[in-house]
This record gives sequence, C-alpha cells and structure tokens, in this order.
Amino acid sequence: MNQLDEQERLKHFLTIEGLSRALLTEVLDTAERFSPVGERAVKNVPLLRGKTVVNLFFEPSTRTRTTFELAAKRLSADIINLNIAASATTKGESLTDTLRTLEAMQCDMFVVRHQNSGAAAFIAKKVAPHISVINAGDGRYQHPTQAMLDMFTIRRVKQNFNDLIVAIVGDITHSRVARSEIQALSTLGVAEIRVVGPKTLIPDKIEALGAQVFNDIETGIAGADVVIMLRLQQERMNSPLLPSAQEYFQSYGLTEQRLKLADKNAIVMHPGPINRGIEIDSAVADGPQSVILNQVVHGIAVRMAVMSLVIGAHAAGTN
Amino acid sequence: MHLCLAGARVIDPATGTDKCTNVYIKGTRIVRVGRAPQGFTPDQTICLEGQILAPGFIELGAHLREPGFEYKATIASECRAAASSGFTSVCCTPDTMPVIDNASVVEHIKQRAHTARAARVLYLGALTHGLQGDVLAEMRALKDSGCVAVTNADCAIRDTAVLRHALAYAASCGLTVFLHPIDYWLNRDGKMHEGAVSTRLGIPGIPEAEEIIAVNRDLTLVEETGVRAHFCRLSSARAISLIKRARRAGLPVTADVALSNLLFIDRDVGSFDPNYHLRPPLREARDRRHLRAAIKKRDVDAICGNHEPHDADAKAMPFSLSAPGISSLDTFVPALLSLVEQGAFDLNTAIAAVSQAPNDILGLSGGALTCDSPADICVFDPSQKWTVSKDTLDSAGKNTPFLNQTMRGKVTLTVIGGRIVHNTND
Amino acid sequence: MKIDVAELLDRMSVELQKNITAEARENTVFVGVHTGGVWIAQHLHNRLANPFPVGELNIAFYRDDFSRIGLHPTVEPSKLPFDVNNRHLILVDDILYTGRTVRAAMNEIFDYGRPSSITLVALVERGGRELPIKADIVGTRLNLAASEHVKLFGPDHLRLELCEAKT
Repeated sequence: MNQLDEQERLKHFLTIEGLSRALLTEVLDTAERFSPVGERAVKNVPLLRGKTVVNLFFEPSTRTRTTFELAAKRLSADIINLNIAASATTKGESLTDTLRTLEAMQCDMFVVRHQNSGAAAFIAKKVAPHISVINAGDGRYQHPTQAMLDMFTIRRVKQNFNDLIVAIVGDITHSRVARSEIQALSTLGVAEIRVVGPKTLIPDKIEALGAQVFNDIETGIAGADVVIMLRLQQERMNSPLLPSAQEYFQSYGLTEQRLKLADKNAIVMHPGPINRGIEIDSAVADGPQSVILNQVVHGIAVRMAVMSLVIGAHAAGTN
Repeated sequence: MHLCLAGARVIDPATGTDKCTNVYIKGTRIVRVGRAPQGFTPDQTICLEGQILAPGFIELGAHLREPGFEYKATIASECRAAASSGFTSVCCTPDTMPVIDNASVVEHIKQRAHTARAARVLYLGALTHGLQGDVLAEMRALKDSGCVAVTNADCAIRDTAVLRHALAYAASCGLTVFLHPIDYWLNRDGKMHEGAVSTRLGIPGIPEAEEIIAVNRDLTLVEETGVRAHFCRLSSARAISLIKRARRAGLPVTADVALSNLLFIDRDVGSFDPNYHLRPPLREARDRRHLRAAIKKRDVDAICGNHEPHDADAKAMPFSLSAPGISSLDTFVPALLSLVEQGAFDLNTAIAAVSQAPNDILGLSGGALTCDSPADICVFDPSQKWTVSKDTLDSAGKNTPFLNQTMRGKVTLTVIGGRIVHNTND
Repeated sequence: MKIDVAELLDRMSVELQKNITAEARENTVFVGVHTGGVWIAQHLHNRLANPFPVGELNIAFYRDDFSRIGLHPTVEPSKLPFDVNNRHLILVDDILYTGRTVRAAMNEIFDYGRPSSITLVALVERGGRELPIKADIVGTRLNLAASEHVKLFGPDHLRLELCEAKT
C-alpha cells in the first residue's frame, strides 16, 4: 500500500500493515509532543492554519468523527463534515465524482470512514497528489489511528512493549480495530498476542498475523498485562454467530472475577462505545484497572500527530 | 476458396499429430494435413514457419454482455476479440438482460453474431426462468432454437428441490447441463477465498467448504437424474478429487477450470487489486498446484477463459464493491503458453484442453484437424512479444491484471469455416 | 572565533538584574527557546538565583515554515511549569537572527496565558532581521554574511562556533 513517500515518511495513513517499528514509534513520540497542548489555556496550535480537512464518512460514527474534528481544530485547520449515505455511492462513478468535487474545493486532507475493506487505500490512489488520506476505519480491514492511540495508552502505562502479554477479546472476525492492533503490537515487539472468542468470531488463519487463538476467556486472559475488550455489534447478537447477549456475557464478558486471572497490574481497554453488561461489567469498565477514558483523551493527541505528520510530509515532499 | 497453410508446426491432439507440415482447406472444410491432395491448386498460401497451428479454440463460457450490458461489451466486439485471440467458437452465458431463457433472445443474439462475422457463437440457455432458481426455463424450446447446453451460470439455485427437478427435466430433454457448483448461503457474502489473505485484508471469505458441498450435492443429483453434466470452473483441490472419484466410479461427468485459477492465487489480490476479484475465487497455492496437475493428467478436461469484460467503472471501486471477472480472451494464448513454459503441462495437453476437450463436452463435430472436419483453425506465434494495453486489447473489457505487461505469444491467423477472419501474416 | 560565553553570561546577568530592579519586577520567570535558549536561560537563572523553574518552549508547532518543510523532528514538548498569567517573562534565545523564532515563541506563550511583560534576551544578535523584533539584553553583536552561520554548542561548556552555511 502506497502510504510512504520516497523518504519513507507517511504521506497517507491507511494501514499499520508494513509500517516499521521506527515509524510507529515516531507517531507515538509525536503524539507525546501534542499531548500537553490539550492541557493548556488555549488548546490549539497554529500548525495547520489555512489547511482544510474533510471528514468523509460513508458510515455513521459520532465518536471517531468528533475526535478527528477536535484534533483538526486544535491544529487550527478548517474542517468540513460530510456524511455520505451508502446508497449514494453504490455506483462507482459517484464515489469518484464525490472525490473530484471535494478536490475542486481545495481540500488538503480526507479523513475517510467507509464500510468496505480497502476503501481508504482506494481513495488515496484516486485523489490528487496534494491530498493526504487518513483511514478512520475501512470495513473489516484497518482502523490505524485507533490502534495507535491504544499503543500510546499502553506505552504510557507500561513504558515499553517487550515483555507484554496482550489479549484481545471479542469479535475478531468483523473487527478492523483488532487487525490494526495485532499488527501494531507485533511490530512494536510484544511478547505475546492472544485473540479470545468463540470460533464463530475468530477468522480463519488469524495465526498468520501473529496471534494465538483462545476459545475461552479464562485461559485467554490468564497472566495478561493488557486486556482489550472489543465492542460486540448489535447485529451479531441473536444471529447465526451468537445465540444471545446474555450467553455472550456469561462466556466472554469481562467481570472483576475474571480480571483477577490477568496480571495484577493489568490494564483494561475498550475502543468504545461500551456495551455494559455485554462485553464488560460496569465495575470493570469504571474500575481502577480501566484506562478506557485515557484512550479517549489520547485519541486526540494521536490524531493531531498523524495529521501533522502526513500534511508535513506532503509539504516537505512538494519542495 | 482453396487455402494452403504452409510450414507451421501442426498440433492436433485428436489425431496425435505434432509435426511441421501443411494444412489444405477447400471451401469450409479441411481436406488434408500433410501432402497436397491431387489437383489442389491453392488460391492463397500462407507461410507459417516457426508458428504453431492448432484446431480453433472453443471458449466454454464467455460473457458477451449483449443484450442488456452493451456499455460493457457487445457481441460484435467480443466475437472479434475472440477471433483475433484464436477462438473459433464461444459459448455465451445466459446472464444477459433479458436472460437467454427463451427462443427469442437466442434469435436476437444469432442475428447479432451473424453480422459480426467473427467467432461462432454457441448458446447456453438458462436452466431456470430468469436464472431466478424458482421456475424451470423452457428448455425444450431453447434446445430447438440451438442452445448447446443449459446452465444457471453463477446464479446459485438456493432451493435444492428446484435444482433436482431442473436436472431431471434437462435429462429428459437430452440437454447437457453446465453446473457451476455454488452453495448460495456459503457464497453469499464472500468476495474472495477464505484464508490467511482474506483474514489479513478483512474481506469476507468464501470457504473451500462452499465448493465442496456444492460439488457433492451436484454429483449426487447428477447420478440420480442421469443428466449429462459438465462442471464449470472448479477452483479447489478437494473439488478436483471429488470429480476424479466420481469419474472413477463411472459417472460420466466432465469438468473445466478457468485459466485464471491456473495462473493466480489468493495472495495475488495483494492490496485489494480488483483485477483479481474473480468468481470462483482464486484459492491457495496448493489448490493451484492440484488444478494444474489435474489438467496434466486429464482429470479435468478443459481450460476455460471465463471471459468477463467490464466497463472501467465496474472495477474502479474498492475490492468488495468491484464487479468480479477478468477480460481474458486477448491474453489467453500468451498466458496459456506461460503455464507450458513453467512446466505445468505440455503444449499438446494445453491445446487439447481448449479445443478437442470443449468440442467433446459440447458434442460438436470439430475440435480436430481431420479430413472433412470444419476448417476452424488457430495459428499463433509462440515467440512474438507484445505489450498489453487498452489499445492492444481487442475486447471492450480492459479489466485484466496483465495490463501494461509484456507477454509472449500472439495469434496471427484464425480461420473459421474456411474463412480467414484474422490474419497478421504477410 | 574566540568568544568567552561565560564572560558574556556574566555581563548579561548583571544587566538583567539591573533591569529587573529598575522596573521593580517581582515573580520574574525564565523561558528558554529549545535548545540553545534553554541552556542560556538555565545559566542566567542560576546566576540570578531565580526561585522558579525554567520554562522550555519548543516552537515546532508555531513555526511558519511548516508548509514548506513539514514537522520538525524534535522529541521534547514545551514545558511551562508555572502560570504565565500576570508574570514577567524573560524570554531567552541563543541567536537572534530573522526574528521568526521569537515571533513563534511569543505566539506560543500567549496560548498559555497573558504575561505582564516579556523581556527578550539573546546571547548573540546578528544582522538579517526580517521582523520588527529587537532584544532587550544582548551578549554580543556579530556582523555576519548571509552565508555564515553561528551555532551554540552545549549544554556543558557552552561555546559558539562560526561556520559557512551548507548550501
């Protein structure tokens, strides 16, 4: 995927796949620099003043859209939110036409959310060369900024990745977050990555990405330093994949009892929004080991970092 | 017209011929391979030294897109592309709009094919009305109007009872059925082979089980109904072994694989290249190995181009939204030769799989270079290099992964019924 | 080029102290611009025995050349470990050249709050100003050609070096 320029800088941010440890670390370090900005009286910096960012959302999402919007505003960029109904782009012409129209408006960056895997890469290939594309989630493929904010959160608490055991619990099959996380964790060199869930929610040959499969949560989170709970989408419950939300919670829900099986300093993460009582007990979500709210805060700094890196690479590349 | 095709390496698997010699044509038929018949004075002699002459190729499943999808391709454009690619006959799939499920659509296509004056068109009628899988098509009428076989193409019949009745009815009409073994439910959401690549890319997968279940189901029904059946576009190693076992048990089924499945695997999808979005999906290296071996050992009879031309917009989409298929006619010969060069199978086997075998599957009288057989002939220069580009492709469909690549092997002469329809020789 | 940085610092600290006393300023805090400015600020801070920690500004997010050269690869974020509101700031840079760094630094300071005053201190002032910015206290003034470059090395044994700019 063509997201690096000749100097190996990120000109788009489409996927974690294929990125080096040095580059992922650079993203995390840059986010560390942006992090204090959020604690100041004036929470924005003039870095992207005069730049126009378009939130191009083909799939509804309030949370991700809002953090990108906030990140862009803190960088002093102008931001436009476009929610495009899926029906409007079922024909290829209109997707291409949408891009052309936006390009004509002199935009500098597209933040893309789309229901199809590979859509962000497709758009990056189609747009004019001065435009950067950031993947805000495409189908089941990637959600790279979410993975990076999770890595940021883990590094903040655990300092380094080397000896960590990380368990990702839930619907791996349909999760772009899980794919991005597995690749990021593996590149950053954690000791062990585990995916935990029923066979109906674990995709074929996930081991090839470097994860070990556990079908029960007790062994899956035993001794883990990081437990990442994934959101169970409404449409998976009462489906051929799962009999009911209750049975899922009984088998895979993270309770205080179960969390005791993990390392005593384990942290609990969740990309949100949380289904309390389905994948996670409230006592755990709000408990001392939960870093779920930290993830949200870090999300802004990480997205500011990614936005400035890609626009910066474009700026440097054209000179 | 008396025609002499001189000096080519003549390969005819049907007669076991493989030597440099001449082929003599009188009117619409071949009169001799070897020395000139007594008193034969050619009106035209074409010198073909260094080239290979074979029976004209027969495509078992081309989507000609007309009527209904003329923005993708037309009968005229694809018949011309077929002819310049060495195909003397192409079977057109019934998934047009309207569907080829009644005689009037056949008549319409016949008309168009006639004016194209290029490759012969053979009609595959629909097995069910509108390919909907509910009501049987008027198979008797389709047969009477000239359909060589009936098929539901890749529109899976969900209801096994309907499939069973359709096969039984086709058997009583004496029609061959082209079966695309698809399990509707396991296939429904999938966009590529389910495996490490689909998992990495997060593309919904089509499990191998899908094809295995469908082949098992279809074999059972074929055995029960006694219909003459041809299995189309097998893609997995296990499907091949099921067919092999059935044949060994005496079930007279035939089978083909798509050339794409012999060339590529799921890993070629790489980073969502829609040119590798195919039906059936590209499977794994092991499957490809078995498919190639099956051609070599003749466990699978034929190789099919599975030609699916598309308009540019159909592929200018994220992978899962793009239309499946490869425009395969133009690159068929060089791609096939590349497999021979890689040692997948020998040239004679390759030629048999695209001429004699499809001819026999369809029960036609050609596919060979024997005296009095129709003069359907293809000649290609195995060493001629050319670059695949939008301009060098004759098909209206430019959707091929070979775009901008240089390939070796080009058809230089195609003779259909004694008439030269394509000739780039002096 | 032989310049005794310690001597310059001595002179500057005397001048600075005089300045602070004359204006009767209390609660003065030092803010250095990364990286050389921080070193100088630290030295002056020690000499004047200022009780507050030295603030550090990394003006990467405020530079006006971002759209030409992208983000500067520095690791340290800005640290102003005090409330800047109603404080007298002593802004310290090592070399005052075009004035763009000081412009960026002042913009950043105002995003933290509204100081009562800012006093600009520079170890070296060289020609080539592009903005109407002038230091209040200067260690030394150098007359350099555009092709010449002066650079401060540290943080231990601070020394200035003159070199031809790479083209």
